[in-house]
Order: sequence, then C-alpha cells, then structure tokens
Amino acid sequence: MSEATIPPGTQAPVFYETDEHHHDAGGSTMLGFWLYLMSDCLIFAMLFAAYGVFGGAYAGGPQPHEIFELPLVALNTSMLLLSSITYGFAMLAMNDGKVRAVQGWLAVTGLFGLAFLCIELYEFANLIHEGAGPQRSAFLSAFFTLVGTHGLHVTFGLIWLVTLMVQVGRKGLIAANQRRLQCLSLFWHFLDVIWIGVFTFVYLLGVLR
Amino acid sequence: MNADRAHGHSADGAHGPSADGAHGHGHSTEGAHGTRRDYVTGFVLSVILTAIPFGLVMSGIITDTRITAGIVMVFALVQIVVHMVYFLHMNSKSENGWTLMALIFTIIVVTICLAGSLWVMFHMNANMMPGMASGDMGAM
Repeated sequence: MSEATIPPGTQAPVFYETDEHHHDAGGSTMLGFWLYLMSDCLIFAMLFAAYGVFGGAYAGGPQPHEIFELPLVALNTSMLLLSSITYGFAMLAMNDGKVRAVQGWLAVTGLFGLAFLCIELYEFANLIHEGAGPQRSAFLSAFFTLVGTHGLHVTFGLIWLVTLMVQVGRKGLIAANQRRLQCLSLFWHFLDVIWIGVFTFVYLLGVLR
Repeated sequence: MNADRAHGHSADGAHGPSADGAHGHGHSTEGAHGTRRDYVTGFVLSVILTAIPFGLVMSGIITDTRITAGIVMVFALVQIVVHMVYFLHMNSKSENGWTLMALIFTIIVVTICLAGSLWVMFHMNANMMPGMASGDMGAM
C-alpha cells in the first residue's frame, strides 16, 4: 500500500539517519572498559564492606593472627607485583611492534599470575584442612568470598592472556589486538590495585587486630 | 584497521595522518602509553610501599598496633595512587576527562558504601549486645 501513495520519482521519507556518523572501530572501547572496571570496583567494595562487618565475627573459631601466614602473603604479593611490571614490558614491546617480545613478556606475566593462583589455592587448601573453611564462621565466609573473587578474576585474566597470546601469534599486532592488549593491561593492573586492598585490610590489619 | 582510518574522524588533528601504526588507535588511547621509566618507577615505589607495611607488621617494631594500622593504611592509599598513575596511566586528559570523572564517581560511591556499612553495622552490633536481648533489659 505504501508504495502506491508515494509518487514515482520522489524519495521516500526517511525517519532515521541513513548516513551514520563514522566511528573508529573500538574508538570508545577503552572508556567502556574503564567503566566496566569501575563497576567491578563496586563489587569489590561490597565484598570489602561485608568483610569489614563480619571480620570480627569468629563464632569461637580461628582468628586472623592464628591462621594467616604473612610470609606466604608477602610471596603472593610479590608474584602479582612482578606480573604487573612484566605486563608493562609487554605493553612497551607492543608499542615498539615486537611480536616475539610481546608474547615472551605475556608468557612471563602468565607464569607469575599462575604462581599467584597456586600459592593462593595452597593457602585455601591449608585453611580448609585446618578446619578454617568458609563455613566455619562469618569472618571466614567473608574472607573466602573476597579473596576467592579476586582469585577468580586473576583466573579469567589468565585465560584472556593466553587467548591474546594465540591471537597475537596468528594475526600479529593489528589495531584490534593492540586494543585488546590495552584492555587486559587495565584489567591486570586493576587486579593488582584490588590486591593492595586485600593484603592491607584483610591480612595485615587482620593480624594486627 | 590502519593508522589513517583510525585517524579518519578523530577530533585531534594535531597528530595528523603521519602517526605510525603503533599509535594508530586515534584519540581514544591518548596518553595511555607509559614509558619504561614510568613502569620501573611505579614498580620500585610499589616494592617499597609493600615491603614497609609487611616489615612493620611482621616484625612488630611498633608496639602500639593502632599506630601500625594507621601507617599500613596510609601506605596502601599511597600505593593505590602510585598504581593508578604509573600502571593504569590515569590522568585528567584521557578520554576528555571521562575516565577521571568515572573514577571520582566510583570513589564517592565506594566511600559511602564502605563508611555507611561499617557505621550502621557497628552501631547495630553495639546496640544488640547479647546481654540486652536475653532479658537483661531491666538491669540497663
């Protein structure tokens, strides 16, 4: 019906923008990813708040200074810190366009991240073995939730890192891959920032409590 | 996906099409690159800012745990800023300042949530001591 009402030769009315503005591919990716990180920050803030509230609810169970091993936490922290700088070197290699160096530094970063996860899992296993599992007290529930969520983020970061190593290997340092590497850079350094909060408020202040 | 295309509509003509491929992602990542010096500085500062709180707590040099706790928290705050500047390359110019705006907003929300939760729950705990609930009300 509609065709009949429009005289031939005249242009059909257009109610939307046909000529879309050109946007660079991924031009807003970094801002978008930053906003995701900020929302992730809110998740961690809630978990920190829960830990802050329940941190003293031991239910007659073990207390922080009895179960936390600071040397282990210090080792863990150094793993994450080292992985931060090696990721930085990967980014520098990316800026220079060196594919092999990028992959090498990513691999080193991945190994440090893996070491962090292994130490954390060892700590968790020890705690559960000692009867200080997440179901023991509200303090331990909050502890496992907060630290576990951080560990889960590191796990996904590692999966992402390996994926990017493969992608860089296949397609080289194309613009899309550079963008992805930059997003992972933000993500990885962000996890390190969260860990500062964890080792300070959970471990150090927990032992002082 | 090349430099020219990335710069096709970018607002900052200052770069011009001569920008090489490594910087071909247009204005979006403006200022997001750190230098080797940045990373090394950030790393050294982080190591120092991590080692001191761990050392203080593990050795127990300061007998007053409140002072130790205060120092540890200050070091954590400083280290977070160091990471933001040297590793996350935060500045007021990237994305026309929107990343900083988002960060400030997040900090406000986080502060309200943390301070509010702790304050409310502390008072709830203080007002609901076991003794009060189990018939000791008369003694109060």
